[in-house]
Amino acid sequence: MNAVVAAHGLGKQYRRRWALRDCTLEIPTGRVTGLVGPNGAGKTTLLNLAVGILSPTVGTIEVCGGRPAASSAQLAKVGFVAQDTPTYAGLTIADHLRLGAHLNPRWDQAAARRRIDRLGLDQRQKAGRLSGGQRAQLALTLGLAKRPELLVLDEPVASLDPLARREFLQVLMEAVAEEEISVLLSSHVVSDLERVCDHAVVLVDSQVRVAGDVDRLLATHHRLSGPRRDPDSLPADQHVVWASHTDRQSTYVVRTESRVLDPSWSTTPLGLEDLVLAYMEGSAPAVQSSPELEVIP
Amino acid sequence: MIWLTWRQFRTQFVAVFGLVAAGCVWLALTGPALARLAAHNKNVFDVLTGNDRLLFNGGIAVLAVAPAVIGIFWGAPLVARELETGTYRLVWNQSVTRGRWLAVKLGFSVLAVAIAVAILTTAITWWAHPIDGVKGGQRGSLVSHMTPVAFAMRGVVPVGYAVFALLLGTLVGLVVRRSVPAMALTLAIYVFVQVAVPLWVRPHVIPPTTSSMVISDRTLDGINFDASKRLTITTHTAGPGDWVLSNRTVDAHGHAAAIPTWFRGCLPTPPGAAEPGGTIGVSPARGSLDDCFARLADEGYRQQVVYQPESHFWRLQWAELGLYLAASGLLAWLSFRWIRLRLS
Repeated sequence: MNAVVAAHGLGKQYRRRWALRDCTLEIPTGRVTGLVGPNGAGKTTLLNLAVGILSPTVGTIEVCGGRPAASSAQLAKVGFVAQDTPTYAGLTIADHLRLGAHLNPRWDQAAARRRIDRLGLDQRQKAGRLSGGQRAQLALTLGLAKRPELLVLDEPVASLDPLARREFLQVLMEAVAEEEISVLLSSHVVSDLERVCDHAVVLVDSQVRVAGDVDRLLATHHRLSGPRRDPDSLPADQHVVWASHTDRQSTYVVRTESRVLDPSWSTTPLGLEDLVLAYMEGSAPAVQSSPELEVIP
Repeated sequence: MIWLTWRQFRTQFVAVFGLVAAGCVWLALTGPALARLAAHNKNVFDVLTGNDRLLFNGGIAVLAVAPAVIGIFWGAPLVARELETGTYRLVWNQSVTRGRWLAVKLGFSVLAVAIAVAILTTAITWWAHPIDGVKGGQRGSLVSHMTPVAFAMRGVVPVGYAVFALLLGTLVGLVVRRSVPAMALTLAIYVFVQVAVPLWVRPHVIPPTTSSMVISDRTLDGINFDASKRLTITTHTAGPGDWVLSNRTVDAHGHAAAIPTWFRGCLPTPPGAAEPGGTIGVSPARGSLDDCFARLADEGYRQQVVYQPESHFWRLQWAELGLYLAASGLLAWLSFRWIRLRLS
């Protein structure tokens, strides 16, 4: 099994609203995968399904070859740093480490202690007194010391200041290099992920828009700008992700496996952030700068 | 898991057992003296100290409140607090399934609560045993352990109540997902159950005894005017500690009947008699009243008393404990279902 996460037709419904629809994807083993999308796109739902906090309404999801949270052996394979990094406010850091040691068969207490020491934290301190960044580090320590095959992190850096954010991601990356684990992390801040991810899944409006290795995504997406032209006149293998037109000029973001040969276009490469933004905006029903709205007399 | 449960509950645990221990010490210090007092005096009520009465009524109050308090402050936040603060997402992703997590938490809590309440109720039952239901020589008395007020605070049933309240709180907390509303709802449901059971369930758990008797000076308990100025008679049963469920006068055919109007002529008219609801003390014209009772008997009037005799006490206790534990089991099963199916 090459995929650490495999979802087929996965969907989750809350009362009448679908938080995630028709999600089919495979996340390769041994990679750092970024799950990107705007707020409310269904990232947390997908991650909670992957760790078994939620169970799907339709479809299936397999993680590390098993149904999420089906057994304690399955739970041991997946580490989870939940959104807002919850910890027991009344328990000390040492208590949290003991909690991890008691509840996980493959727990690495020495590594956990080492990590806490390196962060300069006092083990007798209560988790409720920690700063947001320190709490996130504690949650990450718990997730890593469990020695999982897959570590899932839900918006781990969303509430951190830029410095804490960088420190957190650095610790994460060092750990990934040491432990050889797969990582799946979500963020709505693409620049965070750009530094650490080698695989990306773009989730917009509760559906997966695009997924793939970052290098490959960047190689197959292009921004084309040139004289105004209709999207229908583009070659069939160029899939329009995003378009913007002025009276004279058109700008497209297209996905294509082949090279863009048309000399009338000036082609520029895209960064991951631009690419994700193109998918996010491309799906929005009415973009404000849309010229079609303006030409109506 | 056991370590975590202990770490999370040790404060409550120490508080509960500390209070129970303190209560036991107080009861142990005063109990033997009370037993001696009861053994040597016929009208023990009259020689009870204020401290004794305080303890008697305090014991009832404590055992009435303890299960509710446990349900509210231990049961309701048991899972709701984790849902509220988000820590369930931390703990449910350790290598322990949530079913086992709940099982250990509930098992530990049920055991701790049951033991604490068992100690308390044993101590209070032992302490109050010599004076349960004593009557004063002149006026006043202490309630019998069969009456609803004291039955629930004696013997083994408080253990059932406490376990029930704990599991009720847990389930409500699971469903409501917020501690404070769950506490309020738990209290409301628990109080309703505590009122409903003695009213509608307990009298019928074991078939009550029905006894018909001739109304006489020996059996008469009181003659009353009810709110609509009707005359009613109550008699007492053989045992002073019996729990009387209904007490009515029946005619020769065994149907409930009003006291015949001529009977009013047998009664003196003290100042308060005209008032509805007033009680007439049975005193001066004893001779004439005896004749009236004889005439009532001749005309076929009998007093029918339905009651749970005091001898049913332990059978009723175990039956009610069984009922509450069965209900608790159902609540626990629902909690496990809910945590597996609905919270996902």
